[in-house]
Order: sequence, then structure tokens, then C-alpha cells
Amino acid sequence: MMAMSKKMLEQDPSEIEMLLPFHAAGTLNARDARRVDEALARDPELAKQYAAIQQEYAETIHLNESLGAPSARAMQKLFAEIDAEPARRPSASFNLSARIAGFFAKLSPRTMAWSAGLGALALLLQAGVIGAVLVNQTATYQAASLSMNEPTTRALGPEAPPRALVRFAPEARIADITALLDNYQATIVDSGKSGMFRLQFGNRPMTKDEIAGLINKLQNEKIVSLAVATP
Amino acid sequence: MSATQAAADNVLIARIAQGDRLAMQVLYGRHHVRVFRFGLRLVRDEQVAEDLISEVFLDVWRQAGKFEGRSAVSTWLLAITRFKALSALRRRKDVELDDEAANAIEDTSDDPEVTAQKKDASGVLRKCLSALSSEHREIVDLVYYHEKSVEEVAEIVGIPENTVKTRLFYARKKLAELLKAAGVERGWP
Repeated sequence: MMAMSKKMLEQDPSEIEMLLPFHAAGTLNARDARRVDEALARDPELAKQYAAIQQEYAETIHLNESLGAPSARAMQKLFAEIDAEPARRPSASFNLSARIAGFFAKLSPRTMAWSAGLGALALLLQAGVIGAVLVNQTATYQAASLSMNEPTTRALGPEAPPRALVRFAPEARIADITALLDNYQATIVDSGKSGMFRLQFGNRPMTKDEIAGLINKLQNEKIVSLAVATP
Repeated sequence: MSATQAAADNVLIARIAQGDRLAMQVLYGRHHVRVFRFGLRLVRDEQVAEDLISEVFLDVWRQAGKFEGRSAVSTWLLAITRFKALSALRRRKDVELDDEAANAIEDTSDDPEVTAQKKDASGVLRKCLSALSSEHREIVDLVYYHEKSVEEVAEIVGIPENTVKTRLFYARKKLAELLKAAGVERGWP
């Protein structure tokens, strides 16, 4: 591995090598951070380079911090210019991302932690109730129709667009959440006290398979920690 | 930046879009120092950097309603700052100063002052960081000081993500060369 590192330095840098500065700054995602950690544990040459990077990182911060701060003149100039701008009439609407942002911003870290815990508990209970209801309805439906091949959820309100209870990962940024809502054409229909969001997807009903695929896709999203279909 | 702080920034932007002057003051208080330092490292003139701040935040005041929240507010601010700084540099037409600064480092390797500085590797490293080209300086600052991810740097600088990684690698290689010329050997590359 050491020989490989030297070879890499003479030629093009490896992917891991190029990720080292971002690892030092703590801006890599969990997967890449793990890859870098594993490579550092294996390769002493890479670890040596990482030590140099940490020194660069520290001195760059030192250098920037030594630049001081702007004088009050900049702020005075800015607000004089703002005052000279034409008056703006506030609009009644408040965009979605701001509403979500406001919801999170109002919670303290402790409240967020408790909300997450309560949310998990409430979800387990809800999953149990939904499961029990589904089992009962399946039996009733099959007996009435005398058909064993029909999808059991066909009569569970196919007229409405699908909904899901979703909890976002703690590290999810507001921009990520709004992007996800856009991608899935989803709207928030309810933001419960337990830190869960009830989302509605699109404006047409979906088949059972489509819903299962949607939930599966949601579960695989990096910023989603939990997604469960809900009526 | 934590998710809570980023969310709070988005709320401020939404309020600014409604014409809330107080929200503007809070956003300014939260970000103006970093904006100033990023601008100063690019334009290398305190007066110009201070003027940049006013221009950047005035743009925020005017454009807040168009902010879609797809990136962090701090990323948006740095992207505006960079654009304004490059415009200011074009006006001043003195970008060639970068090369002069780099040459200055290499030419002083036998200077007694530099010999004394060799004992202070940190000081030499900071001097060499300042001597990097504008292109290399900004990427080093964005990654190390402003703690921006690959994706965010790509957005601020307007280059592909792979270019962000390779540009930083070559910035670091140039830094190592400057350090070597100044008598500091780190064993890399």
C-alpha cells in the first residue's frame, strides 16, 4: 500500500487522496468518511499526508481569523442603502421551506431528542394498529369477493393519493428536505408533535405495488430515517 | 453549520423577502465577518472588501424572495461574494499581484529573515498560504475555513465536483513547493 501511495503521488492522485482535506474539515458524508478512515488505517504514507493536511487546515483557520473584522462603516452603508430602497409590501404567503425551517428552529435540541424518541414509540404503536386493521380487512374482503387473486388493499381508499409518515434524519438540511419534497411532488399535510411529517405524494391514487416502491425509495433516501405508508 | 442554524437562516431569508429589516440585521450579524474575510482574501484590500459586504447583503435584501433554499444560505452568500470580488478585481486589473507574491516567496530562500522564520514552520506555512494564486487560495479557504463540502464548493465556484477535488489537490501541491522553496520540508509530495 505504501508503494501504491508513492506511485499515486507521481501520477494522478487517487480518489481517497483527494478526499483527505474534506475529511479533515469534517464535510464528507458517512460513507466517504468511513472509506477514508479505513484507507488511513491501512496506509502509513497516506496517514503522513493527512497529518500535513491537518496542519494546513489549522493554519488556514489561524490565517483567516487573523484578518479581523470589518468596521461599522460597512453596516452603516448597507442600511443606508436599504433605507433608500423602495418600500416592500409583505405578501400573505409564507413559503413552504420557511414553514418547515420555522418548525425545526423553534425546537431546542432536547425537545428534538424527546420528539424523536416519542415519535419512534408512537410509530411502533401505529404500525401495530395498522397491521391489525389490515389483517382484519384482508380476511373480510377475501371472504366477500371469493377471489384469492385480487390485491387485498384494493378497497382501502384507492381514490386518494398515497400518504406516508416520514421522519427526516437529524443531519438533514432544510434545502435537502425541500429538494426531496420537490422530487417526489410531495406536500406536507401534517407536522405532528412527535417530529413526524405526514406527506402526500402527487395528486393521483397509486397501486399497492407503486406505493410499496415509493416507500422503499423513500427509505433509501439519505435524509430519511423512517418512512411508513399511512392512510 | 448545524441543521438548526441553517433552518434559522432560511427563516431569516423568508422574513427578509417580506421586507423585515430586523431579520436583515440578524443575518448580517451572523455572516458578515466570514463574508468579509472571504472577500478580503480574494481582493486583498480592506476598503474594497468592506464595500463588497455592503454590495453582497444589498443583493440579499433585493433577491431574498428568489432564494429557493436548495443550498445553505452561507453557500449562497459566498457565491455572491465571489462574484462581486471577481468583478472588483476586474475593475482594479491587478490580478497579476498573485504571481509577484508567489515569486517573492521563492526569491527569499537565503534571506536571513527567512532563515529565522524556518524555526517557525507555522508562520512560514501561513505566508505560503497567502502566496497561493487567487484560484488556489479561494478553494483552500472554502474547504478549510468555511468548511464547505465538495458539492457546495462546486456551487460557489461554478465548477464540476471532480474539478473541486483536483484543484484542491494541486493547490496543496503548489503549497508544498512554496514551503520547500522557503526551506520547510514536509515529506509530501
